[in-house]
Amino acid sequence: MSTSSGTPESWISSFCGLLGHEYFAEVSEDFIEDDFNLTGLQNQVPMYKEALEMILDVEPEEDEEEEEEEEDEEDDDEDEDNDVEMRDENGNSVPYRRGAERRHMKVANDITEIESSAELLYGLIHQRYITSRPGIQQMADKYELQHFGSCPRVFCNQARVLPVGCNDIPGQETVKLFCPSCLDVYTPPNSRFQSVDGAFFGTTFGCLFFMTFPEFDVSAKGDPLNLAATHPAYAPPSPTSQAATNSAAAETTKHSRSSSLTSTPVTATLNPTTLSSITPEPLPVQPSHLNGIATSNLAPGLGPGRIHEPRIYGFRVSERSKTGPRMKWLRMRPADMNELDESRKWHELYGGTEDDVQIGGGGENGGAQVEVPSGRRKKAARSRKRGVGVTDPGAVNGGGVEAI
Amino acid sequence: MVYYADEEHPRKRLKLWDKSAANLVPGSMEDFNSETDSDYTSYWRDWFISSRGNEYFCEIDEDYLTDRFNLTGLNTDVQYYQYALDLVTDVFDLDCDDDMREQIEKSARHLYGLVHARYITTTRGLAKMLEKYKKGDFGKCPRVMCNAHPLLPTGMADLAHVQSVKLYCGKCEDLYNPKSSRHANIDGAYFGTSFQNILFQVYPALIPEKTIERYQPRIFGFKVHAAAALERWQSGKREEMQERLKDVGMEKCFKEDVELEDDMEEDEEEVAGLDGADDVLAE
Repeated sequence: MSTSSGTPESWISSFCGLLGHEYFAEVSEDFIEDDFNLTGLQNQVPMYKEALEMILDVEPEEDEEEEEEEEDEEDDDEDEDNDVEMRDENGNSVPYRRGAERRHMKVANDITEIESSAELLYGLIHQRYITSRPGIQQMADKYELQHFGSCPRVFCNQARVLPVGCNDIPGQETVKLFCPSCLDVYTPPNSRFQSVDGAFFGTTFGCLFFMTFPEFDVSAKGDPLNLAATHPAYAPPSPTSQAATNSAAAETTKHSRSSSLTSTPVTATLNPTTLSSITPEPLPVQPSHLNGIATSNLAPGLGPGRIHEPRIYGFRVSERSKTGPRMKWLRMRPADMNELDESRKWHELYGGTEDDVQIGGGGENGGAQVEVPSGRRKKAARSRKRGVGVTDPGAVNGGGVEAI
Repeated sequence: MVYYADEEHPRKRLKLWDKSAANLVPGSMEDFNSETDSDYTSYWRDWFISSRGNEYFCEIDEDYLTDRFNLTGLNTDVQYYQYALDLVTDVFDLDCDDDMREQIEKSARHLYGLVHARYITTTRGLAKMLEKYKKGDFGKCPRVMCNAHPLLPTGMADLAHVQSVKLYCGKCEDLYNPKSSRHANIDGAYFGTSFQNILFQVYPALIPEKTIERYQPRIFGFKVHAAAALERWQSGKREEMQERLKDVGMEKCFKEDVELEDDMEEDEEEVAGLDGADDVLAE
């Protein structure tokens, strides 16, 4: 199909080999050749056909010489409907297809125009490709090889990041890096990525990736920055303490984490005195899975001991100070993950049952220990008032099953 | 501060930077060598802050360094303390072998760092660091929502040899690793844990505007439940904090609070002048 004349390297692999294009996966030609995957792109990319030919290394030149005369007519009537569309939509941006003028400009101008169109087209195809099965697998391989770098945030302990866009429309924002450990996005450290469009990766990819591969442990292994030496509270959540809280639920865990294997129960106490924010009393049984994700994989870079505590000469800066901390909420994560089980909390307040039983089955034991702050109760009551007619999805199963 | 060699030095004891020392630290001294070859030289401190990798440091005043009170306790932390101090203050005058010289050089850098941590919390030091902060010498916050807010160097510990230097963003109040590996080896104790907080205490006008804007992970436009649940929980915590602060009369914590108030004022105006609104509609 795409027999490149002379050049041993395909356009795609040479594009991906360019400096600054290290984040790109090589889209397979099968994917591009399937017209279904290109739906709607004709209207977004000028000189779509030529760009596509360039990407696929199809050389139109041989027949061009013969057809050059005809091409003028071809262009005008039958060549590509979208060519006409392009001219209609943004007439001024496609000036190179005007009668006799065109022939002169074509050689020099078109090559660069087609090249940039091809890059745009490839980027947009890439955005779709990396959410497809082979594409996301290819990105997973790159992720495992640390092609995308690590999170710059200190408390994320060099967790690996993924390239994402903050917008799906090209030309809006450059590529960003999504850290699953703090659920935030960062600018790539190297300025050469400032020229890569974020839309070429898309907004969906980041999260879809971690939902597709829940087995990736997003927390960094060990303590590469040796934060524990700085302050005992900064020690990474020792796998043992997590394992201890998870142990009750561990039997039913589908993906048992490696942490539970390395547990040594005696050393499980994580200096509770040094962690002012962790309550000394043991936490209720933690669900191993919550809201469709393993709790150990939900923002492990956040939470107690993972929040910067501003200090002056060792004394914490008060919240009431003008310079006091205001952004801690952004890096918070409940010590007791049951607090995030919104549907169960709702049912505890208003009865009924959950339609989806949590895999960890933290329900009965943990339920009694969850305290609902009064403020939340008020808010929940308010929202209930508002949604009077809304039927509870859990009520379908019949009430009374959930023991609170 | 560059003094020409033939210029009369104020302390009369200007010792030209010994070229033999330049051989000890190959690479890092190359820039300096070219300077000594030309006709002038500069202080050790000048060389130190202008050498590659030391961009985060500011220059400590001579007066500060020569005041023994400011160096209290450092003599136990620094090997060859007196020689190191002499080197830093450009009065080093000792014939010794290269190994010794290297040791002293190392001690001098350590001493400079430890004094630096103290100096940058003084009025003069804060002003110098502020200049560097404004110029963006410490880099920009990598967090997208911080819009490239300038960073400040900070330590996570005040003791030496514990943790390397980190960068603090005043907007998101978090710590980041320096981009460049040459900065990753600087000891965090050379900046200390207090500096950035003191800076904002002293210059409250510089406290950046905080925002509740944040990244929301989405799949095909839909929020992801686990992340969204955490986000709602965090928002709850934030509202709790805002309630607490409201009780003590601090209401405008975030940009959005201020804007919200502006909007409300505008709304009131609109309600008051409905005729005006009609005019707008008519147009």
